[in-house]
Amino acid sequence: MKKTILSAAIGAVVLGLGAQGASATTLEDVKSKGTLTCGVSTGLQGFSAPDNEGNWSGLDVDYCRAISAAIFGDPDKVNFVALTATDRFPALQSGEVDVLSRNTTWTLSRDTSLGLDFRTVNYYDGQGFMVPKDLGVSSAKELSGAAVCVQSGTTTELNLADYFSSNGMDYNPVVYEQLEDVNNAFNQGRCDVYTTDQSGLYAIRLTLTDPDNYVILPEIISKEPLGPAWRQGDDQWGDIVSWVHYAMLNAEEFGITSENVDEMAETSDNPGIKRLLGTETDSKLGADLGLDENWAYNVIKLVGNYGEVFDKDVGAGSPLKIERGLNALWTNGGLQYGPRSAKSDWLLNNVYWRMAEFRHAPSKTRTLQGNNFR
Amino acid sequence: MAKELAYVRKEMQAQKPAPKKEGTAIQWVRANLFATPKDTILSIIGIIFLVWAIPPIIDWLFIDAAWTGTDRATCATVAQGGMRPDGWSGACWAFIGNKMDQIIFGRYPDAELWRPILVGAVFTLLLIPMLMPSAPHKGWNAFLLFLALPFISFFILYGGVFGLPVVNTSDWGGLMVTLILSYFAIAVSLPFGIVLALGRRSKLPVVRTLSITFIEVVRGVPLITILFMASVMLPLFLPEGMTINKFLRAIVGVSLFISAYMAETIRGGLQAMPKGQFEGAASLGLGYWQTMRLIILPQAIKLVIPAIVNQFISIFKDTSLVSIVGMFDLLGIIKFNFTDLDMGLARHSDHRPDFRRHRLLGLLLRHVALFQLHGAPPGYRT
Repeated sequence: MKKTILSAAIGAVVLGLGAQGASATTLEDVKSKGTLTCGVSTGLQGFSAPDNEGNWSGLDVDYCRAISAAIFGDPDKVNFVALTATDRFPALQSGEVDVLSRNTTWTLSRDTSLGLDFRTVNYYDGQGFMVPKDLGVSSAKELSGAAVCVQSGTTTELNLADYFSSNGMDYNPVVYEQLEDVNNAFNQGRCDVYTTDQSGLYAIRLTLTDPDNYVILPEIISKEPLGPAWRQGDDQWGDIVSWVHYAMLNAEEFGITSENVDEMAETSDNPGIKRLLGTETDSKLGADLGLDENWAYNVIKLVGNYGEVFDKDVGAGSPLKIERGLNALWTNGGLQYGPRSAKSDWLLNNVYWRMAEFRHAPSKTRTLQGNNFR
Repeated sequence: MAKELAYVRKEMQAQKPAPKKEGTAIQWVRANLFATPKDTILSIIGIIFLVWAIPPIIDWLFIDAAWTGTDRATCATVAQGGMRPDGWSGACWAFIGNKMDQIIFGRYPDAELWRPILVGAVFTLLLIPMLMPSAPHKGWNAFLLFLALPFISFFILYGGVFGLPVVNTSDWGGLMVTLILSYFAIAVSLPFGIVLALGRRSKLPVVRTLSITFIEVVRGVPLITILFMASVMLPLFLPEGMTINKFLRAIVGVSLFISAYMAETIRGGLQAMPKGQFEGAASLGLGYWQTMRLIILPQAIKLVIPAIVNQFISIFKDTSLVSIVGMFDLLGIIKFNFTDLDMGLARHSDHRPDFRRHRLLGLLLRHVALFQLHGAPPGYRT
């Protein structure tokens, strides 16, 4: 008798801790679990890092919190799982995480053969150069003959070689295996130029003896669009993850912030704002996503618009002080562009709804969503 | 009257003065540091080294150190946007202080911290009598410590029963994870290793082959490979939608790894047993299990206790490898916290004790060097 209880308990532990059965869609799965499991990095300044209380913070982390706010109306129902560069894709493919928000570059092979989907880019990164101010250089084109500090065995090293040879310049690579060694070498002036991803350059600059003596050159020599990834084939989930980002972009474009969102929701007559915040009468935009009508309101109220989040985590409001640059809104010359949440055509919408009701379609929202009549 | 005995003293002997300052510091120094010329030279070199090395370290550790503060400015120089003078170099204890909870418990929620503390207290309470040879009920004590505690502590830490809220293992971290990992690995590896060692010496071909294969394969692979297999490859082999907790995977990986080594250690003890012990047991009519349990294993394990303890110590250290697969053990959580922009340090190469800063000795050394290079200054008696 004792043995049975013991083995039953062990079985329960193994099952409870380990195996989680697959569910129909990721959204249903997340809703039934009550938490969003989000894969983030094992520590990257400004993107996913701990604060003094041990809470996660950063741009990638806030994306997860925004998704949680959209689904649950609570940004803190996220279970963050720290993933290394090697185990991030297996973790997503096997269902260990629902969404991967881990400064992951969107590439063709990842989008296709790995069975993942990308759509939005929450940070446009790219390889850049940092030089001491007294070098008197204002463009990467003037770097011919420079000693360049770079970490070995990375794509950074290859991009560097490509860039210099295609511009007909030569350089002396100063190569180290460990990031710490590269930092020290640059700090001690053993090389003139430091190259890595631009977001990384800003973080490294902070650790130098005199950060103000260094300047980050405007050129970006590689495309590193960083964005969330999810399992291919779950289009509804992809829509939710993407539209959370678009909602944050549109909110910034409309000037809606976490502070004025309540006021905007009450007083604004702009149909675009009303549609975004779900205050339009008989709006079904949220239901079409499988969410509440005020999903975008929750995202903006509880997490903020894209500009607020950017400022707080990596921009002017953080020690990193990264320029908006490519990550400015399209209206300000950047690449961040959110499609509008337009209302579907009145006739089609109403006729379709009538038909759907008439046919007693088992899953109204899913059927609606499957037809791209918007 | 009794006969006079010539060898009996009749008067008190005069008191002698006390020995000259036995045990004073000067005597100790003379006897231990300056007894011979060779001692004297070595002592002087040693003292010079200490005078050179210790003050900068004390400066760095205590005097120039930053003790309190909650933001980036605490440990950054003015040029870096902080409050310390440029060129400042001191220990940033504020970082340790602010991050103490995380360093010990990871991101375990504050409201539930009593749970790991309770487990730690029970562990200590059970361990102390275990370490005292005179304490009674060793059997029960061992049962509670090695079988009951790992089992119950899991429920207490993970929750989900008795109304305790679930704390996901992805929130565990710090010293707690290091201790749990090594404790589980130790508790599992000893019995598992004994079984494997017996299996390897078994006369049953299947058992023997399986044991040898397992031991040699695991010993032929580095621990980091096993951890990578467990954290990266294993999820791909499982059916879709089925996942096994990462922490569990790491515990199993580490336990299997150390079991193979433990098996070989125990086998060493078994091989040291003289044949007479087996024959003696057989002549008493004992079967295989009785022989092993009553005669062989108690002696064999006793022989290899030092080697077993070595294994335990090495597995405790090896657990730091789990930080490479993205788990926040003691090493992982500290590296992780370096990425905190608010409190993460300005970790440039100057951030260590500066031995050039000892001015007195610097002056002295400079004079010596000047004498060597240019001779004594005029009027300087040499």
